[in-house]
Amino acid sequence: MASLKPGEVNLGTTIMAVEFDGGVVIGADSRTTTGPYIANRVTDKLTKVHDRIYCCRSGSAADTQAIADIVQYHLQLYTAQHGEAPTVKVAASLFQEICYQNKNALLAGIIVAGWDERDGASVYNVPLGGSLHRETYSIGGSGSSYIYGYCDKVFREGMGKEECIEFVKNAVSLAMSRDGSSGGVVRLAVITKDGVERMFVPGNQLPPQYEG
Amino acid sequence: MTSIGTGYDLSVSTYSPDGRVFQVEYAQKAVDNSGTAIGLRVKDGVVLAVEKIKHSRLLVPDSNRRIMTAGRHIGVASAGWMSDTRHLVQRTRDEARNYHDVYKADIPAKIIAERMGMYIQAYTLYSAVRPFGVSTILASVDADGPQLYMIEPSGQYVGYHGCAAGKGKQVAKTEIEKLKLSEMTAREAVKEAARIIYTAHDESKDKLFELELSWVCDESNGRHTRVPQDLVDEAIQHAERSLDEDDDDEMDDDEE
Repeated sequence: MASLKPGEVNLGTTIMAVEFDGGVVIGADSRTTTGPYIANRVTDKLTKVHDRIYCCRSGSAADTQAIADIVQYHLQLYTAQHGEAPTVKVAASLFQEICYQNKNALLAGIIVAGWDERDGASVYNVPLGGSLHRETYSIGGSGSSYIYGYCDKVFREGMGKEECIEFVKNAVSLAMSRDGSSGGVVRLAVITKDGVERMFVPGNQLPPQYEG
Repeated sequence: MTSIGTGYDLSVSTYSPDGRVFQVEYAQKAVDNSGTAIGLRVKDGVVLAVEKIKHSRLLVPDSNRRIMTAGRHIGVASAGWMSDTRHLVQRTRDEARNYHDVYKADIPAKIIAERMGMYIQAYTLYSAVRPFGVSTILASVDADGPQLYMIEPSGQYVGYHGCAAGKGKQVAKTEIEKLKLSEMTAREAVKEAARIIYTAHDESKDKLFELELSWVCDESNGRHTRVPQDLVDEAIQHAERSLDEDDDDEMDDDEE
């Protein structure tokens, strides 16, 4: 498995995506670190690869940006050739193909989420080795370790859009308060048939967490 | 319209003064010399049928199949040179496999038709190679439903509800046009396909022939398979009966 090369920046990160009936809510923190230095404290880790398909990036900033660029290109080409938008599954498969075939050279944990005509809302996790997992909700990045218990306890099937937004906001905030590599602001996006709504929660307006 | 293009027909990389590429047209002639192949796209699937002309009684029945599978949900029937067909089907399989490797999904019919069209067209660009002497009929069921394409030696491909290629294509097309394909089921289409092949078959020219039938439909679970033997037998009976009826009609007219 690759480790960060000297000078490479790390998306320490907490990323998350949750499926609901009619769409997905995705969220992430905003901290990028080079060692102890926070290179960017307002990073946007939610990257668009197609009109209704986003990815949440964790791991090496360079690697995930490069991969997302390539997938974005492929999805544009797909749309031109097929005459229709790709499914989230196709997008996730492209991420998987790149991550698996180059597993020795990459450090990328990606969550792909979005909405398409054929399958509706879906969330796919592509962790370090390049495997593909469809999940109702998915968490990733170094901060995710601290919120597995919280998420398992709080998540319920059949949550609506507003509940999912609260779920993501609270979970990511909790991870940010415990993980040194996660912090800053919480960026959210809600993807539905009708479009993408981006939201932003500044650092001083995060849900309060127990700090001892 | 037949005409020889003396001087301009030696190589596929030469146009004639009236804008034709004769080598491609000659390839089409090779297709027209072969046994008839038809495709019928109906409500719940696509049916392929081929008049496999046998040049010897010594041939093992059901060998030398002219309908091939190029991916679980893709069937290929062809008219023309079988050796060229085999090469093209191998390419189709590779393209379908390659698509799946990248996108992890079955290749849609219009995409495989396009890839085949582009491949076949490439052989009309260089004098070092000859065009494929095959018209390829592609049948598939994908997320957009049943689809049928025919790709000609020029590389041009078109989507059809019903198509025919080979010796009896004119007769076959006339028969196909009489059918209401969008209201038919695959089972009904199998019988009609058999009847059309029998009708298009010229007894006086080629005595021995075998009927090959295949389908991709709901009943085959979206997979390209041979039509079950009992339905084939039923279809052949239906075909022979309707030929007899035609003969009877002719006899009645004479007696009048």
